[in-house]
Amino acid sequence: MSEEKLVNLTIDGIQVSVPESYTVLEAARKANIEIPTLCYLKEINEIGACRMCLVEIEGMRGLPTSCITKVAEGMVVHTHTDKVMKTRRTVLELLLSNHDKDCLTCRRNGSCELQKLCEKFNIHDIRFKGERSRTDTDDLSPSIVRDNGKCILCRRCTATCKNVQNICAIETINRGYESCIGTACDKSLNDVDCILCGQCIESCPTGALHEKDDSEKVWEAIHDPEKYVIVQTAPAVRVAIGEEFGMPIGTNAKGKMVTALKRLGFDKVFDTNTGADFTIVEEATEFVDRLTNGGVLPMITSCCPSWIRFAELNYPDDLGHLSSCKSPHQMFGAILKSYYANKAGIDPNKIVTVSVMPCVAKKYEATREEMENENGLRDVDYVISTRELARMIKQNDIDFANLEDSEFEDPMGEATGAAAIFGATGGVMEAALRTAADLVEGRDIQEINYEAVRGEKGIKETTVTVNGKEIRICVVSGIKNVRKVMDEVHEGKSNYDFIEVMTCPGGCIMGGGQPIKNSKTRATVDVRKLRADAIYDIDEKSTIRKSHQNPQVNKIYEEFFGQYGSSLAHKYLHTHYSPKQKYRF
Amino acid sequence: MTIEEIENIRKRKRAELDLRVNSNYPGVERHILICHGTGCTSSKSPKILEEFNRIIKERNIENVRVIMTGCFGLCSKGPIVIIRPDDTFYSMVTPADCEEIIDKHIMKGEVVDRLLCKDVDGTIVHRLDELNFYKKQKRIALHNCGVINPEDIEEYIAFDGYKALAKVLTEMSQDDVINVITDSGLRGRGGAGFPTGKKWSFMKTETDPVKYVVCNADEGDPGAFMDRSILEGDPNNILEAMTICGYAVGACRGFIYVRAEYPIAVKRLEIAIRQAREYGFLGEHILGTDFSFDIEIRLGAGAFVCGEETALLESIEGKRGQPRLKPPFPAHSGLWGKPTVINNVETWANVPRIILNGAEWYNSIGTETSKGTKVFALGGNVNNVGLVEVPMGTTLREIIFDIGGGIPNGRKFKAAQTGGPSGGCIPEQNLDTPIDYESLKEIGSMMGSGGLIVMDDTKCMVNLARFYQDFIVSESCGKCTPCRIGTKRLLEILTKICDGNGTEEDLKNLEELSNMVVTASLCGLGQTAPNPILSTLKFFREEYEEHVRDKSCRAGECKKLTKIMIDEEKCKGCDLCRKACPVEAIEGAPGEKHHIDQSKCIKCRTCVNTCPFKAIS
Amino acid sequence: MEENKEKIDSDLQEVFGKYTRDKDNLIKVLEEAQSKFGYLPQRAMEDIAEYLQMSLAEVYGVVSFYSRFTTTPKGKYNISICLGTACFVKGSQAILDRAKERLKIEEGGMTPDGKFSIDTVRCVGACGLAPVFMINGEVYGKATVKKFDEVIDEYMNKE
Ligand SMILES: Cc1cc2nc3c(=O)[nH]c(=O)nc-3n(C[C@H](O)[C@H](O)[C@H](O)COP(=O)(O)O)c2cc1C
Ligand code: SF4
Ligand code: SF4
Ligand code: SF4
Ligand code: SF4
Ligand code: SF4
Ligand code: SF4
Ligand code: SF4
Ligand code: SF4
Ligand code: FES
Ligand code: FES
Ligand code: FES
Repeated sequence: MSEEKLVNLTIDGIQVSVPESYTVLEAARKANIEIPTLCYLKEINEIGACRMCLVEIEGMRGLPTSCITKVAEGMVVHTHTDKVMKTRRTVLELLLSNHDKDCLTCRRNGSCELQKLCEKFNIHDIRFKGERSRTDTDDLSPSIVRDNGKCILCRRCTATCKNVQNICAIETINRGYESCIGTACDKSLNDVDCILCGQCIESCPTGALHEKDDSEKVWEAIHDPEKYVIVQTAPAVRVAIGEEFGMPIGTNAKGKMVTALKRLGFDKVFDTNTGADFTIVEEATEFVDRLTNGGVLPMITSCCPSWIRFAELNYPDDLGHLSSCKSPHQMFGAILKSYYANKAGIDPNKIVTVSVMPCVAKKYEATREEMENENGLRDVDYVISTRELARMIKQNDIDFANLEDSEFEDPMGEATGAAAIFGATGGVMEAALRTAADLVEGRDIQEINYEAVRGEKGIKETTVTVNGKEIRICVVSGIKNVRKVMDEVHEGKSNYDFIEVMTCPGGCIMGGGQPIKNSKTRATVDVRKLRADAIYDIDEKSTIRKSHQNPQVNKIYEEFFGQYGSSLAHKYLHTHYSPKQKYRF
Repeated sequence: MTIEEIENIRKRKRAELDLRVNSNYPGVERHILICHGTGCTSSKSPKILEEFNRIIKERNIENVRVIMTGCFGLCSKGPIVIIRPDDTFYSMVTPADCEEIIDKHIMKGEVVDRLLCKDVDGTIVHRLDELNFYKKQKRIALHNCGVINPEDIEEYIAFDGYKALAKVLTEMSQDDVINVITDSGLRGRGGAGFPTGKKWSFMKTETDPVKYVVCNADEGDPGAFMDRSILEGDPNNILEAMTICGYAVGACRGFIYVRAEYPIAVKRLEIAIRQAREYGFLGEHILGTDFSFDIEIRLGAGAFVCGEETALLESIEGKRGQPRLKPPFPAHSGLWGKPTVINNVETWANVPRIILNGAEWYNSIGTETSKGTKVFALGGNVNNVGLVEVPMGTTLREIIFDIGGGIPNGRKFKAAQTGGPSGGCIPEQNLDTPIDYESLKEIGSMMGSGGLIVMDDTKCMVNLARFYQDFIVSESCGKCTPCRIGTKRLLEILTKICDGNGTEEDLKNLEELSNMVVTASLCGLGQTAPNPILSTLKFFREEYEEHVRDKSCRAGECKKLTKIMIDEEKCKGCDLCRKACPVEAIEGAPGEKHHIDQSKCIKCRTCVNTCPFKAIS
Repeated sequence: MEENKEKIDSDLQEVFGKYTRDKDNLIKVLEEAQSKFGYLPQRAMEDIAEYLQMSLAEVYGVVSFYSRFTTTPKGKYNISICLGTACFVKGSQAILDRAKERLKIEEGGMTPDGKFSIDTVRCVGACGLAPVFMINGEVYGKATVKKFDEVIDEYMNKE
C-alpha cells in the first residue's frame, strides 16, 4: 500500500498533519479536539444531515459539516466559536422540540447520544415548541421496538439496513416535517421483509430503536416459587457484558457473569456452549452424510435465525441447502425439557428456559412454531439480550465489576473451545471442521486452527483436505455479502461444499443484542476484533477443543439419543423451514 | 438528412411563413394564430381552433391557415387570436366569435372591433406591438413563442432552427463553442446565475467517456411559468441547445426533467424529440457527422426540491429527491456518478441565438455583470398578467408599471416578490433598482427563476411570509434538521402572530431561527427558505409589530384579526353585496343600509370586492 | 376498498413490457400505474417492487415522497385548488376554505360517498387566470367563492 499524502491544517490553533482522505472531523479527533456528531456513522452513514458537527472554516461560506468535509492543505478550522456553538445549540433545541424527552423511562437513559449532548450543551429551556410529527410505536415484532417519538431522523438505522445488510426493510418515508423512518406501506417490522437482526438498534443513537424487553417476564418466572428457571448464556455474551459495567472492550467476564446470574436467582446456570457442541456434532454428521451420500451441497449452517428468515423470504427455492440443525440454544432448550428434566426429576411443565443472547433475532426464533416439543412446551421460553441481562444485574444492585468468579453448573456446564468460537464469524465452520475431519478420517487430528476462516473479511473462502478429498468452504457474514454468495447458490453456480452464514458482520459478538457502542467508539476502536480476540483466547485456553470430545455430550448420546444424527436426535435437535412470500405483505 | 437538405427545407418554409413576421407581406394569404399555451388552453383555445377549421372547411375558404402557437405573453387577456400578416390582436375570444372573425376579418378585411383589446390606459389596441405590454420587451429566449407552430419542426427550421447546430458541428471546435458561451456572459437562469460557459468548461477536464447533459424544467416556483411556456412554444430550441452542449462537452445522452403537471409541455417535447430524430438532429451521426446524441424525457412527480440540481439527479435515478452533498458538484459526479451539465430551460433557450449571432451581440445587452435578457412571469395584483422578457437592467418599476400596466382597481402598490419561496419582498423604495443578479441580492431578494408577483395594499406581509413558509414546510425534503424542523417552527411562530397570539419574544425567535436555518441548512432550499421572512421583517417590520402589539392586521387579511364591516355612511343600499355573499351573512333590503352578521361571515372578502362604493372593509 | 389483485397484476404486465428492470424506471412505472388505477394500490406497489427487484420499503419511500403519488383513491370528482403564489395573492385560500366548508372534508380527504375529494396544487401554469381551481383536470379560472359555489352546485346535481 502506498503511503497516503499528508496535508497540514490548523484546527483551533493546533497544527495537524493527516492523510488527505481524512475529514475535518477525523483530523480534529486526531488533534484530540471533540466535535459533537449525531448522524455520522463511519463508512455507513455519511450524509451530513443532522448538522451537529458544523464548524467554521476560513474562506468557506456558511458552516460546513465536519463529518463530511475533506481536509485540505492550509485549511483553518474553528470548532467552538460563538456562532458554531449557538447554531449547534439551536439544532439540539429543534430536535428536542420534536422529541419525547422522557429520559427517565427510556431504554437509553444513560447511553443515549442525544441525552449526552443535551447535558453537554447545558440546555435548560427549549425556545421552540410546536406540533409533534409522529409519535407512534411499533412493538408487534418479538424482537424490535420502533418508537417514532424518539427518532431524530439521523438515518443511521436505514443506512445500516441498506448498506450493511442490504435489506432496506426500513426507509425514510414521507417528506419534510412528516418524514419519519418507516416500513413498506407503514406495516409492522414483523410483517415486512425485516430479518430482525437488530443491527439498526446497534446504530441508533437514541431510544427510538430497542429490543423488545422480556426481562420483566424473566423476573416473574424467577420469583415464582413453582417454576424451575434455567438460564443459558451464549458465547458472545461473556466477552461483551463487562462493557456495560465499565470494563474494557474485549474483557472475558464469564466468571462474574455466572456469579451474577446465580445471584439473580436462576435455579440453574448453564452454558449454551454445551448446546453448541451438540449443534456441531449434529451438523458435522449431517455434512459428512451429505458429502458421502450425495446430499444437497453446498450445505449451509442454520444457527442464525435472521439468516433463516432471510433465506425463507429471499431464497425460498434453496432452503434444501440449509442444515436442518436447530441453533445451539434451541437444541439446549429441547434437551433441558426432555433428557435433563427426566434426569433431574423435574416436571418439564415447571421448567422455564431462559437464553441470554447477543441477539434479538433469537427472540423471534424462540417463538417460531417449529420450536415446540410434542407436549406443546417451548424449547426456550424467554430470550433476553446481553443488554437486558446487564439491566437486570443493575436492578439488583449487583456490583458486577467486583464480583468473584464462578463456574457454570454441572452437569451441563462443560463445553469445548470449539463451542466458544461460535460467537465469531468463521467459528461455526472451524468447529464443524474440527469434528467433521476427525469423523471422516477416524483419528484425532492435531492441526485444528483454521486461520483462513478467522478475521474480519465479509467473505472468506478456503479449501481443506480431509481424507484426501478437497472440501471447499466459505464463511460469510453481513447480509450484503450473503446475497452475493447465495445468488451463486441459487443459480447452481456455487462450487462450495459447506458455507457458514452469520447475519451480523463479524458474527454474534457484533449481534443486535450486544452493548451499543456510540458513533465515536465505532469510528476509533475495532470493537469486533477486541471481542473476537477474547473469544479465540477462550478457545486457546480450553483443554477440550473439539465438540465430539465433550464427555458430557457423548454421555447424553449414550444415555438418550444414541448415535449422532439418530432419529431421536432429529426429533429434538432438528427443524425444518418454509418458504415465505417476499413481496406480498 | 444532410445540411443541404435542411437548407432547402428552410428556404421553402421560410418563404411560406414570411407573412408571420412581415407585416408588409404582399400576398393574399392569412394565418390565424391561436395561442395554445396552458393559460389559453385552459380557457378553451383548442375549441376555437376547431371551430375555425370547421368553418373554413365547410365554406371552402382558401388562402387561410389556422395555426396553434405557444404563449403570446399576455395570458390574462386569453384566449388570444392573432391574424397575420396584419397582426390584428383579438383578446378573450370564444368559439362563438369565430364566425364573425371569418366573416368580417378574413372575408372582408374588416377588423372586429369588439374583440380588440383595451390597454390599461383605455386606448384600443389593434396590433400586438402597439400594446405598452410589448414595447419595452426584448424577445430572445421567447423569439419563436407565439410565432411558430411548436408541433411542426419545419416551422422551427424556417426561422433558423438547427442552423446553430449545423454551424457548431461543421465549423466549430468544442473549445470554440465553450468560448463563445463564456464570452457571451450568459449566466444560469435557474436562480443562482452561475456562468454557463464556465460550467461547461469544467466538463472538459473530465476524462470519463460517459457524460450527460440535463435540462432542468422542474420549475417549482409556484406562480412561475416561464420555462413551461418556452417548452410549449418552442421545444426544438431546447433540443438544439442541449445537442450543441453535448457536442461541446463530449456527452452522448441528454435528459429533460420536466414536471408531470405540465402535460402540454411534455406532449410537445415528445413530438419535438420524435421529429428531431426523424430529421436527423438527434440520434446517431447527427447531420452526417461523427457526433451522436439523444435526449430522453424524465417526469418529476411533484416535489419543489427536485428543482435543486442534485435532488433532480436523485429523482432521475428513480429515488427520493433528497439533495446530495456538494462537493462533488454534478460536473464531476452527476447522474450515476458521471460528469453532468445541468442548465435551466431559459438558459438553454439562449444558446442557439448566441451561437448564431455571436458573443458580442449578446453581451452588448444587459448590465455590467448580467448579460442578455430575463424572462419574468408577472402575476398577482397587476393589470397585465403574463410572460415578459426584458433586457437585464430594466427596473422593476418599468416592468410593473409600464409593461404590467400597474395595479388594478386603483389600489396602491405595496411590494413585489421575486425569486419565489427563496426570494424576498421588494418595497416601493427599491422599485428603481435596475434588475440583475447582484442588485436583487443587495436588496434582500434574488433573481430566482423569474417569478415576479406584485402585491397591493390589501396584502398582509406577515400573512405572505406565512404563505411562503407553509409552502417550504410542505416542500422541504426533510433530510436536515434546520430545514425539516426549523421551517416548521418558523411557520408555527408566524401562524401564532397572524392569529393574534404573537409576543415580542416570538419576533426575536423568528429572526434568530431564520438566520440559523439560513446558515445551517444542507441545500439551497433551506438556505434560502427564510428569505421571505427576513425581507418582510426588514422592510415591513411595523406590520409584524402591529400584529403582535395591537393585534391588528392593517391589510385585513389575517382573519382572526379582522372583521368585515359595512360603513353605513357609505352604503347606498345597492344590494350587490348581499347577492354576492356565499353564506348569506349580509342582511338588508334594497335601498336600505346593509349590515353583516358576524356569526355567519366567513371573511371571504367577496363583498369587499363587490361593493361599488367601497363601503365594505 | 377491495383491490382486484388479478386485474392489477395483469394491467401492470402491460406497463412492465415497456420498461427494463432498472431501478431508475421506478418513477415512470409508478406514474403509469397511477394513471391506470387512479391511485397506487398496495398490490401495484408490491408488483412494481418485485419487477424492479427492490425492497417495497424503498418503493414506498419514493411514493410517499412525491406529492403526485397517492395511495388512496380520489373521489369521482377531484377538486384541485391552486395555492401557487399568483393564485394565493388573488385569494385562492378563500376558495379552498369554502371547498372544505361545503364538502365538509379536509384537504386530501374524500366525501363518504366517494363523490368528491379535495387537494391542492402549486401552480398549474394558468396564472394568467388566477385564482384557479380544477375539477378532474378541467380548469376554472378567475374564480370567486361565488363562482366556485355555482360550479359545485352543478356537480352536486350530477350523478
Ligand atoms: C430549492 C431549489 C429549487 C430550484 N428549482 C429550480 C427550478 O425549478 N428550475 C431550475 O432551472 N433551477 C432550479 N434551481 C437551481 C438549480 O439547482 C440549478 O442551479 C440550475 O438548474 C442550474 O442551471 P442554470 O445554471 O442554467 O441556472 C433550484 C435550486 C434550489 C436550491
Ligand atoms: S432517546 Fe435519549 S434523549 Fe430521548 S428520551 Fe431517550 S434517553 Fe432521553
Ligand atoms: S434529572 Fe431532573 S428530571 Fe430527571 S429524575 Fe432527576 S430531577 Fe427528575
Ligand atoms: S432488524 Fe435488520 S433487517 Fe430489520 S430493519 Fe433492522 S437492520 Fe434492517
Ligand atoms: S431510529 Fe434511531 S437510527 Fe434510525 S433515524 Fe431514528 S434516531 Fe436515527
Ligand atoms: S449473527 Fe448471531 S447475533 Fe447476529 S442475528 Fe445471527 S445469531 Fe443473531
Ligand atoms: S435544506 Fe431542506 S430541502 Fe435541503 S436537504 Fe435540508 S431538508 Fe432537504
Ligand atoms: S366577507 Fe364573505 S362571508 Fe363575509 S359578508 Fe362578505 S361576502 Fe359574506
Ligand atoms: S354593495 Fe356596498 S353599497 Fe351596495 S349594499 Fe352592499 S355595502 Fe351597500
Ligand atoms: S451532519 Fe455531521 S454528524 Fe450529522
Ligand atoms: S397562454 Fe395564451 S397568451 Fe399566455
Ligand atoms: S399560481 Fe395558480 S395557476 Fe399559477
